[in-house]
Amino acid sequence: MNETFFIEAENLTKHFGEVRAVDGVSIRVKPGEIYGLVGSDGAGKTTTMRLIVGALKADSGECSVCGYDVKKHIEDARSQLGYLSQRFSLYEDLTVLENIRFFAEVRGLKPDEWLPRSLEILDFVGLANFKDRRAGQLSGGMKQKLGLASALVTRPRVLLLDEPTTGVDPVTRQDFWQLLIRLVSTPLHLPPNSENLGGVSRRDEGGVAVLISTPYMDEASRCNRIGFMKSGRIIAEGTPWQLRDRLTGRVLELRGSPLNVLRRAAHSDPDVEDVQAFGDRLHIRVREKKADDVLSRLKSRIRSAGGTIEDLRVTSPGLEDVFIALSEASNE
Amino acid sequence: MNSRLVSVMRKEFIQAFRDRRTVIMIVVMPILQLFLLGYASATDVKNIPIAVWDQSQTPQSRALLDAFRSADYFRIAYAVSSQAEIQSLIEQGSARAALIIPPDYDRRLLENNAQVSMILDGSDASVGATALSVAQLIGQSYGAKIVEEQAALQGRPMLSASPLQVRTQVWYNPDLISAYFMIPGVIGQLLFMITTVLTASAVVRERERGTIEQLIVTPIRPWELMVGKITPYVILSFVEVIEALIIGHWWFKVPVIGNLGLIALSSGLLLLSSLGIGLFASTVAHTQQEATVMVQMTMLPSIFLSGLFFPIDAMPRVLQWISYLVPLKYFIITLRSLMLKGAGLGTIQNQVIPLALFGFIIMGAAARRFHKTLD
Repeated sequence: MNETFFIEAENLTKHFGEVRAVDGVSIRVKPGEIYGLVGSDGAGKTTTMRLIVGALKADSGECSVCGYDVKKHIEDARSQLGYLSQRFSLYEDLTVLENIRFFAEVRGLKPDEWLPRSLEILDFVGLANFKDRRAGQLSGGMKQKLGLASALVTRPRVLLLDEPTTGVDPVTRQDFWQLLIRLVSTPLHLPPNSENLGGVSRRDEGGVAVLISTPYMDEASRCNRIGFMKSGRIIAEGTPWQLRDRLTGRVLELRGSPLNVLRRAAHSDPDVEDVQAFGDRLHIRVREKKADDVLSRLKSRIRSAGGTIEDLRVTSPGLEDVFIALSEASNE
Repeated sequence: MNSRLVSVMRKEFIQAFRDRRTVIMIVVMPILQLFLLGYASATDVKNIPIAVWDQSQTPQSRALLDAFRSADYFRIAYAVSSQAEIQSLIEQGSARAALIIPPDYDRRLLENNAQVSMILDGSDASVGATALSVAQLIGQSYGAKIVEEQAALQGRPMLSASPLQVRTQVWYNPDLISAYFMIPGVIGQLLFMITTVLTASAVVRERERGTIEQLIVTPIRPWELMVGKITPYVILSFVEVIEALIIGHWWFKVPVIGNLGLIALSSGLLLLSSLGIGLFASTVAHTQQEATVMVQMTMLPSIFLSGLFFPIDAMPRVLQWISYLVPLKYFIITLRSLMLKGAGLGTIQNQVIPLALFGFIIMGAAARRFHKTLD
């Protein structure tokens, strides 16, 4: 097999003083793939991204974008990437079109290319009607789309998005993800007869490679693959299914009342690792192969404590369960 | 031309014109400052109270006093009869200057070597300096008038030397020809202030808003970003110099005798320093406010030690030494001698060389730092 990766990071390490912000991170992202970086604040997601785009220099490790070494051929690498930083902001005193034009030109679009391309991309993100509005007067969601548009305007083959949907309402998040999915699944931001743009040959086009970080589990579950970061390391990686699989058969769902009685009963069981409340129900994580034991013990324990059980069964784990388990595991 | 450079410049221009603060600084402030300082300095030198000790008490001496009176610059506030009176009046600040006409004035005037002495209060240097030059001017023109009258009356050939000399007793001797020495200074100060403030905040603004991170990951090179951001302000600054020269020349009637090319050259060299300082501040500051404060810290010494308001020669030695580090000083001296005296390159080279040196050093240092912060 001869798989191509648009992002290849090997063993990236970055210290800030004594703190190891990124500690031996390796990530590979294929064309057409959305790779999600998740983890708590300070886990090293943003630093990892900044190392890949070359905004920070790694202490050690290798990184290439579309085959261009980030250290040696940074300009070639950057001509292939679109990047939305976490605190992304636009020139609020410029209009939507002026913003796009600026980024298009600075990133190498020719004078006769930027306008049709900008209009096309604005149409794609749904801002075509707002092209003459000052960026400062856009709503939060529209700003985010404009950010995406200006990252996409030069048709990058690699897109790095650092928490692009943080603080954005659910409907807009939904829109944003629809755009992303359209982007990676089809080479649709490629007009039919342009083979070559910004000096980039598109012949090997399969789709865009996306590296996205997000604090939202529902977003993580939409990614093709997820890397879970903790203290600068990727401590687990895989498809959402593979990650959930780690806990299959180990999560019980319990509904009943009163909740505090249920919770106390669950906690007192020696084979229970963790109890989390999800609305009116509890998710109880148990040791491997102990689900049945716990199940029967819990029933009697709760009854004798005066609680009632509406429902108690083994459930399929959510990503949230997995991440909580992972966070705790690495704490020990 | 490099298209990335052009797009950064276009962007800066759009932003400069959309920012009300920038527009005010570029368009309104020069006019406001020129008029304020132009007129403030002009009224300053009117009606300076002087004491007169006329030891001659002759028609000739009274005619000289009339010449002083009619010039509007002086108000003869005291007639005194001793050196001690003069001293106390000047010490009190009641009189800013004193004119002493010697007893043999009328006789020596006929011999064409009359001297009167002028004592000036050096503590208010701007008034003193102006009073000094005005007194000399009055002396000269009055002398010339006497020569003409004598020539007409007696049919004697016109003398080339003035029969009257105003001898001054101030130990500093400001380099000045007209009362409008203020205008070149104002031009220099404006140019310096506006470019430092605008450059510093234009660069910091990118960092403050977080757009710098977007710029870093584009293929743009640091020098393109730097030149692209600075060039619009260089262009606007030259527009400003022209604006100020036009107002200075047509409204305040300040002569512009010197070579315009040399004026442009020295302005360019001052810009090198001011843009360098602005750029340097921007690499240190994190917010526009911080940058503004930093720039203001260089502004105050620049304004006070540049000779804009106060003659450097009248300052304590230590301040004079420090003033060698003030690029604005070199520029103001240069611009004054260019505008007012029509000096050539040879005359101003002692100013231009340190100005250029300062500019290249600070700009070089700023460019290095700028480059580094982007990496």
